[in-house]
Amino acid sequence: MENLKEELKGKIIEVLNLEDINIEDIKDTDPLFGDGLGLDSIDALELIVLMDKQYGIKLSDPKEGKTIFQNIETMAKYIADNRTK
Amino acid sequence: MKAVYINGIGSVSIQDQDIFDFNFELISDLSDVNYAKHPSYKEMIPAAMIRRMAQGVKMGIYASQNALNEAEIEIPDAIITGTGMGCLQDSEKFLRAIIDNEEEFLTPTSFIQSTHNTVGSQIALRLGCKGYNFTYVNGANSFENALNDAKLQIENDEANSILVGGIDEISDYTLKLLKKIDVIKNENSSIDFKNPTSIGVPFGEGANFLAISSEKKSNSYAEICDVFVQNKIEISDLKQTVSTFLEANKIDLSQIDVLVVGRNADSNFNEYYTEMETLFEDKTQIYYKHLSAEFDTASAFGVLLAATILKKQEIPNELLWNNKSMSQANYVLCYNQYRGKDHSLVLLRNC
Amino acid sequence: MSKKVAITGMGIISSIGNSVEENFNALIQKQIGISRLENFASKHVDEIKVGEIKLTNEQLIEQLQLPENNTFTRTALLGAFAAKQAVVNAGITDINAFKTGLISSTSVGGMDFTEKHFYEYLTDDSLSKYINSHDAGDSSNKIADYIGLTGFVSTISTACSSAANAVMLGARLINSGKLDRVIVGGTDALSKFTINGFKTLMILSDTYNQPFDDNRKGLNLGEAAAFLVLESEEMVQQSNKKVLAFVSGFGNANDAFHQTASSENGEGAFLAMQKAFKTSGLEPKDIDYINVHGTATPNNDLSEGRAIARLFENQVPDFSSTKPYTGHTLAAAAAIEAVFSVLAIQNNIIYPNLNFETPMQEFDLIPNIEVKSKEINHVLSNSFGFGGNCSTLIFSKN
Repeated sequence: MENLKEELKGKIIEVLNLEDINIEDIKDTDPLFGDGLGLDSIDALELIVLMDKQYGIKLSDPKEGKTIFQNIETMAKYIADNRTK
Repeated sequence: MKAVYINGIGSVSIQDQDIFDFNFELISDLSDVNYAKHPSYKEMIPAAMIRRMAQGVKMGIYASQNALNEAEIEIPDAIITGTGMGCLQDSEKFLRAIIDNEEEFLTPTSFIQSTHNTVGSQIALRLGCKGYNFTYVNGANSFENALNDAKLQIENDEANSILVGGIDEISDYTLKLLKKIDVIKNENSSIDFKNPTSIGVPFGEGANFLAISSEKKSNSYAEICDVFVQNKIEISDLKQTVSTFLEANKIDLSQIDVLVVGRNADSNFNEYYTEMETLFEDKTQIYYKHLSAEFDTASAFGVLLAATILKKQEIPNELLWNNKSMSQANYVLCYNQYRGKDHSLVLLRNC
Repeated sequence: MSKKVAITGMGIISSIGNSVEENFNALIQKQIGISRLENFASKHVDEIKVGEIKLTNEQLIEQLQLPENNTFTRTALLGAFAAKQAVVNAGITDINAFKTGLISSTSVGGMDFTEKHFYEYLTDDSLSKYINSHDAGDSSNKIADYIGLTGFVSTISTACSSAANAVMLGARLINSGKLDRVIVGGTDALSKFTINGFKTLMILSDTYNQPFDDNRKGLNLGEAAAFLVLESEEMVQQSNKKVLAFVSGFGNANDAFHQTASSENGEGAFLAMQKAFKTSGLEPKDIDYINVHGTATPNNDLSEGRAIARLFENQVPDFSSTKPYTGHTLAAAAAIEAVFSVLAIQNNIIYPNLNFETPMQEFDLIPNIEVKSKEINHVLSNSFGFGGNCSTLIFSKN
């Protein structure tokens, strides 16, 4: 699980071009959207593609992302439970 | 009808230094492809915004903010931009992704940024400017289309202060294609503005903005008298077109003090510039694409220079086309065309 | 507005017809143009529905009688088709006889060719002639050449609001005496680029689009072109021409909220409508019908609805979206909807908002769902685009 979280942080920094942010800067329970990392709705769509491409998880409704993408912990848990690759 | 004044300018060009300070010490020689010299954007654009921006958007924000600063305008009433090819880098990126991944695993960012109005809308978003917002995409007179609209807005009292500019960015693959069809010179071609012997242009990119206003200030650059655009002109009709344009502004050919021509070292389509040269034989003529290189909105760089000449009442030797120096400039006329199409005339007056 | 701007001709090609008459008949007979994609291959063909014009490029070239070596992209072909119709409809014989302009608009430009030949361009010399057709302005120059126009040619690209801005600029140029008449409109072909782009935003419906419905799932993309001939009052008086309707108001504003999404309260839309009322001198109660932008995305309809509710308060007039017929035709949308608005005025009829079932929970706005006859004097038409670009046009009978 810890490895998955680290991997996820790295991927998020990469796909969202978070240039000034390092893996250590992202805490597992920091909110990804709003006050935390400050991601927005376009990032949410990028994360949906990340889920599909990396872990074979298809989310058809952007609204599903709301609960899954709360923070690294919720995201990693969802991936661990649902990944197909 | 209200008069229209240029009160601020801003530019990102292929030159390292501020050409509009008439500083020519470090001019780089042109090659077939000339990339913009980017300033540091971080201070001006928040990190959350900048991470998605292609070069064109960053250049546009930087150049436009400098124009606004100089004119002391916080939020303009309108933002009007022109771009020939739009946000090419993101268009290419998204198109490649479609083809390479066979329509799978695509992400929205480059698509969102690929629309032609990205620069104009990003400027509005950053400033929180809810006013009139237009983007013209009409090839080589896209900028003049924007300027024409802006002038109309002020004359008709639809707006008092307007940000108007042109932006174009180089994108690698399109570059290759334009070289293939000889729109851009190849690596070994000579680049001779005085006697063009090879076809194609030395290609470039940049962002050039004006802050214009109905208010004349002590540091205003110039007054914009008129703007004219036309899709095509027969060379034999060029003289008549220019005369009609000047007549409509109640001045005659002899009153033009400086002619600013968009010569671009392309041996094709050069005859338009030669014809203009003949019409204004005894006048001071300047050229500028040896400093900006050629792209769809390069003519905006020319208009910025024309405005600067009127403000400083000075023409550096680096810009002179002929050996006619000038003592005082009252009227400056800019003429541009590209590949025989998308002609434009911009008439500026000392103020 | 200081002067009245007359509409004296219209031309249109959309998925519901190749002429003004065909489009009108489809509208009042509830014949939709939404179907499966046929003209090119896409991986998403089974997941989406589109408003596709069932004419191939070859058929269009034949109808336009273009030479074999032409380099018209589909965007230019559709544009030339509609612009020519408009010019003929306005009874213009010598196009350069007066100060005449062309203002077109497009979002994809020649993307339909670029995406087809992108990598081949580098290797296949026979395709080189198309490379320059990518740029948006190229389609306008081709349309101008096709109708024989030498003069003011302009192209606007403000995403899905583009054609509304073309109409607006045309009206302003006539108002200020810069032009005597101007052909204004927009053209956009369906492309893999836009299909995949909207797909990444997850706002494409897998079924027929349902504007202003609580269960709306997104939009159907479409393709179309439409042009209108605008003339000054002096020109109309001189020629004794029949006026179809007038452009009486226009407004443009930016939402300045988000790159693609509209603000919750539709601030940009509200401001655009407010400005249109100001230029027209009309009041909200004067509007008989609103042709809404109504793309059927969750975001647009909520935002637009809120802006309408705010502006019209308790007196929201009949409104409907015609996108269930044509799909969302992007830069051409406001042009085809301008034609529909003029037809509404001419025929005193309003169109149904098809596929509507369940009112939205957020407000009590119910679109008009039947073909309805009533006196129509003023129609308001909205168009909004990416980048917060919001535009409103008002058309009037007199």
